[in-house]
Amino acid sequence: MKSKSYPLENYRKTKMEIGYVPRKESTQKTYDRIGFMSGLEVHQQLDTDKKLFCRCPAGIYQKADDYDAEIIRHMRPTLSELGEYDGTALMEFKTRKNITYRLKNITACTYDVDDTPPFSVNLDALEIALEISLLKKLNIVVEVHITRKQYLDGSIPTGFQRTAIIGVEGEISLTNKKIRLIQLSLEEDSCREVSDIGHNRIYRTDRLGMPLIETVTYPDMVNPDEVAEACQFIRFLNRSTGKVKTGIGSARQDVNVSCRGGTRVEIKGVSHIKWIPELTHNEAFRQWSLLHIREKLLKKVKNPGQWKMNYMELDGNNLHFNKKVSDDFKEKGYKFYAVNLPRFKGILSHFTQPGKVFADEISERLKVIACIEQPNMTHSEASEPLIDDKSMAYVKNTMNTKTDDGVVIFWGPDDDIETALETIEERCQWAFEGVPNETRKSFSDGTTIFERVLPGADRMYPDTDSPPIPLKDEYIEKLRKRLPDEAINAYRQMKKWDIPEDTYTYILRNNIYPVLKKIVENLKYEPKFVGTLFGHKMKYIEKKYNRSINFQYDHIYNLLENIKKRKLEKEIIFKMLPVVYEDPEKDFESILSSINYKEISEKELAENLAFLQKQYENIGYSNNNGARSNWLMGQLRFIAIGNFPLTKLKEMVK
Amino acid sequence: MSEDSFQGYKGDALKVLKDYNVRVWGQVDIETNRGSFTGTILPRSESDDDFHLVLKIPTGYNVGIDVHTIISMTETGYKKANYKIPEKEFPYTEGLPNVKLFGTGGTIASRLDYRTGAVIPAFTPGELYGAVPELADICNLTTEKLFAVFSENMGPEQYKKLAISIGKEIENGIDGIVIGHGTDTLHHTAAALTYMIKNPPVPIVMVGSQRSSDRPSSDAALNLMHANYTAAHGHIAEVMVCMFGPTSDDYALLHRGTRVRKMHSSYRSTFRTLGDIPLAKATKKGVKPLKNNFNPRRNDNNVEILPYFEEKVSIVYYYPNMQPDIIDSLVENGYKGIVIAGTGLGHVNKPLYPAIERAAKKGVHIYMTVQTLWGYVHMFVYDTGRDLMAKGIVPAENMLPEVAYIKLGWALGQSNDPEEVKNIMLTPINDDITDREPYNGYLVYQGGLDEVEEFIQKVRK
Repeated sequence: MKSKSYPLENYRKTKMEIGYVPRKESTQKTYDRIGFMSGLEVHQQLDTDKKLFCRCPAGIYQKADDYDAEIIRHMRPTLSELGEYDGTALMEFKTRKNITYRLKNITACTYDVDDTPPFSVNLDALEIALEISLLKKLNIVVEVHITRKQYLDGSIPTGFQRTAIIGVEGEISLTNKKIRLIQLSLEEDSCREVSDIGHNRIYRTDRLGMPLIETVTYPDMVNPDEVAEACQFIRFLNRSTGKVKTGIGSARQDVNVSCRGGTRVEIKGVSHIKWIPELTHNEAFRQWSLLHIREKLLKKVKNPGQWKMNYMELDGNNLHFNKKVSDDFKEKGYKFYAVNLPRFKGILSHFTQPGKVFADEISERLKVIACIEQPNMTHSEASEPLIDDKSMAYVKNTMNTKTDDGVVIFWGPDDDIETALETIEERCQWAFEGVPNETRKSFSDGTTIFERVLPGADRMYPDTDSPPIPLKDEYIEKLRKRLPDEAINAYRQMKKWDIPEDTYTYILRNNIYPVLKKIVENLKYEPKFVGTLFGHKMKYIEKKYNRSINFQYDHIYNLLENIKKRKLEKEIIFKMLPVVYEDPEKDFESILSSINYKEISEKELAENLAFLQKQYENIGYSNNNGARSNWLMGQLRFIAIGNFPLTKLKEMVK
Repeated sequence: MSEDSFQGYKGDALKVLKDYNVRVWGQVDIETNRGSFTGTILPRSESDDDFHLVLKIPTGYNVGIDVHTIISMTETGYKKANYKIPEKEFPYTEGLPNVKLFGTGGTIASRLDYRTGAVIPAFTPGELYGAVPELADICNLTTEKLFAVFSENMGPEQYKKLAISIGKEIENGIDGIVIGHGTDTLHHTAAALTYMIKNPPVPIVMVGSQRSSDRPSSDAALNLMHANYTAAHGHIAEVMVCMFGPTSDDYALLHRGTRVRKMHSSYRSTFRTLGDIPLAKATKKGVKPLKNNFNPRRNDNNVEILPYFEEKVSIVYYYPNMQPDIIDSLVENGYKGIVIAGTGLGHVNKPLYPAIERAAKKGVHIYMTVQTLWGYVHMFVYDTGRDLMAKGIVPAENMLPEVAYIKLGWALGQSNDPEEVKNIMLTPINDDITDREPYNGYLVYQGGLDEVEEFIQKVRK
């Protein structure tokens, strides 16, 4: 009994030892203690008609099982420009994946499948990238060089992404601080993954080749909320041009995190900004835990260079699995191996992330590098072991396991065993060094799993298929002159106008600020009214009604302009909004009649009021004055709206 | 500093580098009026302009810096790139067949060249083993770099040297030959070798690649494996072209050197057999013949090398309104043979007739092929055809125009006698002329048709 509770106890104990604090209870002090540091790589698709290096239409998507043809490819590592192999490249080669691409004729041509060299770069995309670079105060390069960035996971059929630096060394302003930018690049988007099981990975090529910009910040953010805020501002800035895509998946970010003494780890493809705080928080603490593990191990093992695991093949018949999965393994002809990890007691069940332990780091790598699907292992400190106590005792006995050791039992196809053993040894050796360089995949619960080894600058190679593109000063200056307001300026102006802060995100995210400003400046509506009109009313309507494809925020400007002309009261727009949202082509008079608006004089309203007051006395359930005026407001609101300010009606019914 | 310190730089850019005492591969801090940049100075392509420096910034990206914007520049370090595929000695395995790989240049063995900005050949067994270790499981490999030229620069001199070198290897008992070649004119060389190497006892496999080997998605590795397997273990002792069947990494097709043609400027599966079906299908583990009339592998070392070629041969691609002076000028310039790629069944317009007559009278050998590429020359169908034959044009059956060009050069290298030349030209060698065209040979995938779409969806192409 005692042995079974050990893993959970150890998990709790180690979680305490490293001083893990849930994010809600964390303060800047918490983050200063662990030396939280984070930077961003924000990706944003550009709104162009065509893809970046070919003439396929951009932005048409296919369902995973809807395709016209499939082709199959493999990727091999090649040397970088400086004559080095990249670490990730070698790992990906180890995984020996068959990569299948699902093509749809309408969105993929021979360029997409790497059977035709690139066409000249899409100049619309280049111009948008330049505008955004200028907004971010980057130094624009004088000559754009297309570079190949190797990706051996197959997400791009060429095996590399064509990408080019547009600007370096810029900055963006947050509410209270400035974040420095390393660079902005223009690149082609990758394929979308359909599945990745064992040695087979499937992609669809619809998104492939769409123009994308990547904004990279310095690791200037010192707490999780700041990371989210910086991401929000970069997104606002991108959107303020009105020339970027806004649908699902059109903006994604990679978040780099480290703690003091840790390593830069990249959390890939975070699709929602709201996930960032939890993810960065947990990653910083995961690294903090790994450093703690290192200290523990170094205390036990004096000469880590000499540390070695030992392993042996097991007879599967001696393993009694607690779950049904065991029959399946035998059918597949899996081999079973035990690995003894000297002095690893207490490490395998050591806390790393909420609900996760060190052993998970091994299991995740077995899946990704050795291509063995989970469950792929169990171990001596599993809180829910996959084999029974008797089997574990058999293993420990045959392996001659000492009390201070840890044991991993894994299984998989014969061909993958060698890679699996290397993978386990490599990860355990890393435990003596601290935090391995890697990219991680995120989950909505704020935890992450191993994705691949972090690639370095060694995977860059000049694109011999594309000539350099010179950028003339006059052209850059012309673009500079027509830049939109920067997000932070919009932010400050709205603050000055006393517009409630809970509306800012909606307004900036949808790039409504230019329209809002026009309404305030040209039509002289009160800013607070306009701000809440968008940030509260419009937001609500967006959720409830169906947006016409023709609807633009400029329609609201027209509406307010007409309201002003007709000398109607401004609240009438609340009733008109849903109508315009669903049918923006409707003329003003038709909208008025569709909401049953009738002109009514103050005298007529007073008569109506007198009549209703009498009626209330007959039907009134309550003598409470509030109930009475509420009822009266409800009855009169729809005829008063547009004719009188509602505040005035309120006065009258009191 | 030597000129080599400034690879590719010229004009203003060169001057600025010299002024600031900065070399190629120097690590620099640059102050410009567009901001500051740090990185490594890279060589520049000679064909690019003379006022930009190429800089590799720390993230690995390259950018260009206009030298006129530079305010100051300091070299802080120096690190020359050492571009070298890890070279490992190719292991010898007792019992595996011995294969000789001849290098001629081209994409299959190439790496980046800054001077031209393109890829240049690089090729040793050690490098090949470093890049494609799987080859060691297929055969024992030795290599010899005969030339380092792009395929468009291959010509009669190279054909002859190649044929003679192959002959020597065969006499020394090699089990198979592989030839790495640029793809643009691979089929010309394949035809030339077919004629120059008579009755070889072992496979002679020509291979190239459509995506250079510096790309992760390159077809080079798989092509090399297919070609080496075919050469080491295949039982077809002919000159063949071994390249991707479909665009997928799946299998190769083996095409006869006399019936093959490059049909797409960039596709992986660019080589197609025309007028027939391919000779065989090859994988990393086997060769499966699709035709059964091939020349089988033998155990002897006997081969006859016929390294002849007359260079004054031309190919004329007919177009409407072609003027007779085109033919006349060839004759005036001493051309001895002309292959015409005529329209339809093998036609040219009337105004050319007198020029053709004049040429024939001067002893120029004229052969007719079809620019439809598929099908036979049929000069009896219309009067025009009969007239042309009367004027001295010989129809070359269903020989491909490029193959007829190579064969005529080879024939004229051996004789100038019209009858003898005609005899050589019209005696089929390795199916350069076939008696019949199989009904399933002419299959051009015409996308958009239901049946083809269904086929493509089911079969990975």
